[in-house]
Amino acid sequence: MILVEDVSFEYPSGRGEALSGVSVKFEPGEFVAVMGENGAGKTTLAKHLNGLLRPSSGRVLVDEEDTRRTSVARLARKVGLVFQNPDHLLFSETVRAEVAFALHNLGYAVKTIENQVEKTLGSLDLTRYADVSPFLLSGGERKRVALAAVLAWEPEYLILDEPTIGQDYLQKERLRNFIVQLNSQGKAVIIITHDVEFVAEAKPRVVLLSKGRVVGEGPADRVLSDADKVASASLVKPQIAKLFDQLSRFGFPRDVVDVHRAKQLLEDRLREVSVHV
Amino acid sequence: MDPSKTPKTILEARNLGFQYEGAEARALRGVNFGVERGEFVLLAGPSGCGKTTLCRCLNGLIPHFYPGVQEGEILVDGSNVTSMPTSEVSRKVGYVFQNPENQLFALTVEKDVAFGPENLGLPRSEIRERVDWAMGLTGTTELKNLAPYELSGGQQQRVALAGILAMKPSVVVMDEPTSFLDPVTAEEVMKAVADLRLEHGITVIVVEHRLDLVARYADRIIVMDSGKVVADGNVQDVLDGQFDQLTGLGVGVPRVSQLWAMLKRDGLVSGQTPKVVEAAAEKLGGKLST
Repeated sequence: MILVEDVSFEYPSGRGEALSGVSVKFEPGEFVAVMGENGAGKTTLAKHLNGLLRPSSGRVLVDEEDTRRTSVARLARKVGLVFQNPDHLLFSETVRAEVAFALHNLGYAVKTIENQVEKTLGSLDLTRYADVSPFLLSGGERKRVALAAVLAWEPEYLILDEPTIGQDYLQKERLRNFIVQLNSQGKAVIIITHDVEFVAEAKPRVVLLSKGRVVGEGPADRVLSDADKVASASLVKPQIAKLFDQLSRFGFPRDVVDVHRAKQLLEDRLREVSVHV
Repeated sequence: MDPSKTPKTILEARNLGFQYEGAEARALRGVNFGVERGEFVLLAGPSGCGKTTLCRCLNGLIPHFYPGVQEGEILVDGSNVTSMPTSEVSRKVGYVFQNPENQLFALTVEKDVAFGPENLGLPRSEIRERVDWAMGLTGTTELKNLAPYELSGGQQQRVALAGILAMKPSVVVMDEPTSFLDPVTAEEVMKAVADLRLEHGITVIVVEHRLDLVARYADRIIVMDSGKVVADGNVQDVLDGQFDQLTGLGVGVPRVSQLWAMLKRDGLVSGQTPKVVEAAAEKLGGKLST
């Protein structure tokens, strides 16, 4: 479990606190989305989870180890962070070398590395690019290479900063299935995102952050259909929630955020209507 | 110039193809289309389909900056981009990069926004006016004394857009311009661009996976797959006629359109696919109150 306890943080450049008294916990096997406006402190929080940043006050415990007293190298084995911008991470000549890099550093046997690399490339639909330079790939593809590079060493906690940027709908579906699979292996996946439509379909637990504070927490359908909560973090409701707001005069619930539940509810009613006609 | 004599077509691709140096396949193949002055075009397609490559052709980054082999031609305002100096192309076609970090370089936001107009050799007062206008429009005025690296991804994206708008180009090409923005800011930026187009007749080309954000404003959608154009037409017509093809390619159709298509498949609704929430609510409301 990762426990964030009353954490405040101020960057040395000053401009006020980036995080103010944040308390939140992430359990093994859990899927969580941290959402909030640009500059809310989402990435700052993520960097606290693997020790890249240490709290100015309060503490972060990763499986009971205080990040202030643990090296980033040690924490990195457990907590993998995939940056928003893949170009901050990528530097190797081929996709395969990129994905193998960290495994070499962590001292795995050559055979293990080979297997692990192929497995990871396959699971992210990157096998055909194994011998290509990451810089010849599209923005969305480079993003998946950066994910593969971290995923290869199978961290217990995986933090993905804006994983859906530049991904088309099919890639998002793949990402979602992939996260479900990681969760079933007991790994926690924490995404930082403002992609409300992705969250509405994938239904993680949502932590809303605004101006460095936690302003809401709960299941995706409840949080994303709450107009005040959503507005407080500069988000908008997902399309389906907006639609069901307007359909509530027909007695429909308002906390509907995903297409499949929407379809079920409407299907029954539309059948009744057509029978009456 | 007499506006009636201005040619309607501002951009034209004629059998355009491109293969990056060192790449095994062509990124673009036989691309043909024309864009009229003042059109708002949405460019969609799966990740890696050639959208960004096409954008780079539109503003001359290809072949001037990215080496490779080009076929066919691309015309801006009747002139061939390949034979125009990049400085002249960039005056006509403003390009907002996918990744704003690759665009910003000055020491402060204000200087970054001023860079383009300064290089056009405009008078000081005009530069001042344009910089203030562009920063106001993108909500970046309060950031003006900060360094670009101090900004969040979303703020950087708005500054990059301001820098392009300050050049007052005839065409603005935006490659996923809202990907780093929170939804409220994303809607604001899209609306600002749509207003600009209506007020100033700017031609807008937006690469976007999420149709929900752009469907309201765009007249036309061009869909690409494996370097080719596979659909081109009015957004409503393409949503009605090629829905399955769009979703098959991974184009993020609006959720309300998706819901409608699912209900339609079960024979529960019929008629035009709604592309915005209001239309879906109205159509379903009508059905439910019978």
